[in-house]
Amino acid sequence: MSVRTESNERVLTVYLDGEIDHHTAKGMREVIDKSINELMPEVLVLDFKDVTFMDSSGIGLVMGRYKELKKCGGELHIINTTPHITKVMKLSGIERLAKLGKAEK
Amino acid sequence: MKSLNKFNLTVTSNSANESFIRSAVSAFIAQLDPTIEELSDIKTAVSEAATNCIVHAYKDTIGKIFITCEIFENRTITVKVRDRGCGIENIKQAMEPLFTTGGSERAGLGFAVMESFMDKLYVKSKVGVGTTVLLKKKLSVRI
Repeated sequence: MSVRTESNERVLTVYLDGEIDHHTAKGMREVIDKSINELMPEVLVLDFKDVTFMDSSGIGLVMGRYKELKKCGGELHIINTTPHITKVMKLSGIERLAKLGKAEK
Repeated sequence: MKSLNKFNLTVTSNSANESFIRSAVSAFIAQLDPTIEELSDIKTAVSEAATNCIVHAYKDTIGKIFITCEIFENRTITVKVRDRGCGIENIKQAMEPLFTTGGSERAGLGFAVMESFMDKLYVKSKVGVGTTVLLKKKLSVRI
């Protein structure tokens, strides 16, 4: 499990890597929240390209970051989800809160 | 239904074992050559059941999680995840999507995932005694 962040003035992009479960989500959450609080981004992009497994702890992670982001009025984008992750995401109805899509070129 | 193969696994409820439990089940089931989707579904459902033991059953303590995975004829598999933890007071409520007692970082979707990703889900629980979750899925026939 690892998290890499990249940012410009408006957009904070977080590249998630490895497996997301209850055990790994905590570490990911700490890194993301630290960046959100420092940068107050207009848009948070969560990139799932290198996520190999996710259970509902990943939904908790995304929903929690959505709430954090709302405090500074930011918008959440979720990109590059594999079919398995999309299936878990859709079960939660998270697409009503966040934009699901591919990476913008 | 005739049982063809089976394994039992007992692990302590450390959160680091979530990944070990789902990997063990996945490695055992690989002998049936499941599709990637079937394997992901089973791994995810097992991960939810194991996480429930760690987060809820043994909330402020460490206990044992008992896993039995069995392969039956007709490509049917079952995974039983049992704990001797606190038990569930109201199973119906616990199974409602988005209901959680686990705090703001928990989505409350564990049982919803198990129900939707497997064919059958049975939950038996007694307060102060423990909980047993039985997951069942029939794999597609590979040509």
